[in-house]
Amino acid sequence: MTSTASIEKSVHSSKWQGSLNLVNVSRARNLAWLHVAEARIRNMLKWWTSIAAFSLGNPVLYLFSVGIGIGALVDKNGGSAQLGGVSYLTFLAPALLASAAIQSFQEEMSFPIMEGFEWDKSFFAMNSTPIQGVDIVNGLLASSTVKTVVTVGIYESVLLGFGAINVGVALPMFLSALLSGVAFGSVMMAITSFIKQDDGFFAIVGRFIIAPMIMFSGTYYPLESMPFYLQWAGWISPLWHATDLGRVISYGSPQQSWVVISHWVYLSIWIVVGLGLGYRQVSKRLAA
Amino acid sequence: MIFARGLTKVYGDFIAVDGIDFEVRKGEAFGLLGPNGAGKSTTMKMIASVSKRTGGDLTILGLDPNKRGPEIRAHLGVVPQQDNLDRELKVHENLFVYGRFFGLSRKFLKNKVEELLEFAQLTEKRNNKAEELSGGMKRRLTIARGLVNEPEILMLDEPTTGLDPQARHILWDRLFRLKEQGVTLVITTHYMDEAEQLCDRLIVMDKGKIMAEGSPADLIKRYASKEVLEVRFGSSRNIEIAEQIAHLGHRTEVLPDRILIYSDNGDADLQEILKLGLEPVTSLVRRSSLEDVFLRLTGRTLVE
Ligand SMILES: Nc1ncnc2c1ncn2[C@@H]1O[C@H](COP(=O)(O)OP(=O)(O)O)[C@@H](O)[C@H]1O
Ligand SMILES: [Mg+2]
Repeated sequence: MTSTASIEKSVHSSKWQGSLNLVNVSRARNLAWLHVAEARIRNMLKWWTSIAAFSLGNPVLYLFSVGIGIGALVDKNGGSAQLGGVSYLTFLAPALLASAAIQSFQEEMSFPIMEGFEWDKSFFAMNSTPIQGVDIVNGLLASSTVKTVVTVGIYESVLLGFGAINVGVALPMFLSALLSGVAFGSVMMAITSFIKQDDGFFAIVGRFIIAPMIMFSGTYYPLESMPFYLQWAGWISPLWHATDLGRVISYGSPQQSWVVISHWVYLSIWIVVGLGLGYRQVSKRLAA
Repeated sequence: MIFARGLTKVYGDFIAVDGIDFEVRKGEAFGLLGPNGAGKSTTMKMIASVSKRTGGDLTILGLDPNKRGPEIRAHLGVVPQQDNLDRELKVHENLFVYGRFFGLSRKFLKNKVEELLEFAQLTEKRNNKAEELSGGMKRRLTIARGLVNEPEILMLDEPTTGLDPQARHILWDRLFRLKEQGVTLVITTHYMDEAEQLCDRLIVMDKGKIMAEGSPADLIKRYASKEVLEVRFGSSRNIEIAEQIAHLGHRTEVLPDRILIYSDNGDADLQEILKLGLEPVTSLVRRSSLEDVFLRLTGRTLVE
């Protein structure tokens, strides 16, 4: 036990400067988002072994089973003709990369936000300093991006290792996957910021939004080979836009330029709408 | 330092804080007293420039929290009623990360964190996750965290709830020193001894309104007599006897277990009772306390 004497010492040895001398408000404001990101990343690092294992193990297992196993079947049966003349693995890779980015953002924009508002109330702690709601959102976005850069980076390395993509297109593919993650994450963040209790909401998101999204976004076969009345599911899904974009980048999958542009625009709209809503709701909830 | 006029907070159609006026001067220790639900925490959150007021005026350090929240908060130390530590982070990380939110340098924080760990008597627990701490330790960590930016105004919402007597007295001592250094303190509590010890001036709130304002001594003078005589006749006889002695003191109050006589001279009143031939089972003359004021102003019944 620390004795009273040592406490006395600590009181006397320190010179109290006062926050007026100590705190540089404009510095605190300018770097506010970074300080939030720093705190979040510290939290993530507590789990770095499982994050690393998952982001390496997942693509390896997936590529062996679906990519190579099913791929061999598809390629042997002449499926490659309907896939624009590329191997099934090459066809699949852009979709896998984008969905890895989306799932990474989905994780970061669900429970950590519940923790911040309800479980730890750590957002309220942040908000009792110069940090504001907007900084919290930006910090979450930044820290999720850092994590996704790492996990998608690992994923892409595995894809490269399996020869599913070319080194030359690795960077633009990476960026388009990241864009879909940010787009999905922004909207997910906005939605989560309204949630007061888990109540199985996130399980529902996983089962009834993420899983169908992956099924219906032209992930495993071209969207055009689905019945026309089901294709709308792909059109609204950020994953399909990112996947289609990735295929154009990866192996020059033929696509009209206005469609390519619309992919960028559509994903950007998700970001703008998600962030706009999120900034408002997070600030409002903190100020209640 | 703090100036409030007609300060109001409405949640839906419920008025939590109902147009209160007060002022806190630099270097003062200002207390908010009141039963649960009085609106103390809501008032604290508005002063902390987090919760938005729904009416009235409020300035802190001369600034309007609606417009200059972050700037005000840079100079506040906030200890909320409910600890909001980051459970996953270690004890020392909780202090460090919070310091970073104020833009404090890593170098400064390195020393500051050690100093605060010692202050909170948590040096040995520095590498434990916050969630592994006991309730009292969490409380001490939250209080230490509120000092990381060396605030001009320290806001403590029921700081000692959950602390053992030793920790309570160490904290009072530390708060007293901070006050000597010119730090302004705003404290809510429902421990009357704490309010009497710490507060230069206080307001008593009930149902969102201010019931009384003044120094502890003032309030006692105004709302209580000098002394209180407590006599017990056994619960079955208290009511009947109270009628016979109602003329004594300024005021008498009958509780299930005893009769309280608020008076200027308790001993004299006790003699009167004995003269009437009544023999209390026990009797006690004591000085009036803030607790008597509090109970008089906010009532004895529990309203929750
Ligand atoms: N976010 C909120 N929404 C609705 N009502 C609230 C909220 N916060 C507090 N209240 C209500 O306002 C009243 C005052 O609460 P509070 O300020 O916490 O009181 P105290 O701190 O004095 O115990 C209580 O009746 C409480 O239920
Ligand atoms: Mg309270």
